[in-house]
Amino acid sequence: MTGAAPGTALAASCAVCHDCGLLSRLRGHAAARCSRCGAGLHARKPRSLERTWAFVIAACLCYLPANLLPIMRVTSLGRGEADTILSGVEYLLTHGMWPLALVVFTASIFVPILKITILVSLLVSVQRRSSWRPRERTRMYRLTEAIGRWSMVDIFVVTILVALVRLGNLATVEAMPGAVFFGAVVVLTMLAAESFDPRLIWDRSEARGI
Amino acid sequence: MTAAALVACHDCDLLQRLGEVPEGATALCPRCGGVLRRRRRNSVERTLALTYAASVLFVVANAFPFLGFDMQGRETQTTLFTGVIDLWNQGVQEIAVLVAFTAVLAPLLQLSLLLYVLMPVHLGFVPWKMAPAFRLLRHVQPWSMMEVFLVGILVAVTKLQDMASVVPGLALWAFAGLIVVLAGATASLDPEAVWQRLEARR
Repeated sequence: MTGAAPGTALAASCAVCHDCGLLSRLRGHAAARCSRCGAGLHARKPRSLERTWAFVIAACLCYLPANLLPIMRVTSLGRGEADTILSGVEYLLTHGMWPLALVVFTASIFVPILKITILVSLLVSVQRRSSWRPRERTRMYRLTEAIGRWSMVDIFVVTILVALVRLGNLATVEAMPGAVFFGAVVVLTMLAAESFDPRLIWDRSEARGI
Repeated sequence: MTAAALVACHDCDLLQRLGEVPEGATALCPRCGGVLRRRRRNSVERTLALTYAASVLFVVANAFPFLGFDMQGRETQTTLFTGVIDLWNQGVQEIAVLVAFTAVLAPLLQLSLLLYVLMPVHLGFVPWKMAPAFRLLRHVQPWSMMEVFLVGILVAVTKLQDMASVVPGLALWAFAGLIVVLAGATASLDPEAVWQRLEARR
């Protein structure tokens, strides 16, 4: 199905369109546009490393308040109780709903840490011009892109509880600032994954002749 | 498509010749395993049919209450959008906007763009500003998170079980169906086929 062709598109001064996938020849330095869909053409995503670092660092800054501050307060018959991400998981566990606890733990705690760890190690490996297992690193990148959305689960849980439980003095649920930081972590890590260019992984390993 | 078009992998930039991909098959990059082309049988028509179904379900899912909540005889009902409004009123506007976008607006935009592009393409003409519309679809898709919202509903309902009884509403079933149909629409869409039809008609 696929025949061998020498080198990369960049080496042949071509670029693949980000939006429609058409291969075009890059001419000079003028801002080129894809002839098929009109998107801007770049051999590599512009300022990919800087942008990805910026989003990752911002996500790290939001990560602590997202986990330490309460994301919601449940008031039932005059008694108020603040819930953090972790205490939400704990609640599910102590009430014997461990499959659900596992889902929430994976989505809200494991996935954000995994995403940040993968992105930081990809950034560092690209900057150190590492030639270590480019295929596996590319796969890790695809994983980051695919799983990021699932962290939104807790934000949706808060939304639904707020909408459902509003019975005046009897019971109410209020969203708290932790939820804002948590939402920011999800959005920032998604933007970070979107800014990273996996082709950089291969550029650096090729520079060493692999 | 000609016998073997020159293409480059989106993930690793390897330049290669790609021959005709059979219908239903997926071509992978030999170097990094990235998807080069996922060709589907009747891609435009199938996606369009599923998008019609999804649009009907979307209207039902948003127009009717999706959960009822009964606590000591007092009842509340909620639609998708009331949660957003409550969040806004509680002063967490950032979250209200994020939820409105990912659970309602992005899916709405996704469906509208699919209809806008695929209906005319199916009928054999190119709609106004088709290229920007189809490009926008690609950028909206990651933010359309209805399947994640459904998991959120599941978790929320389980948490409320001891407190009160939760009654699933009509919209909830529409919502569940919508997720399946929309996933089907996304899976059967072969963007390359759409771009090729556009090019052929220009």
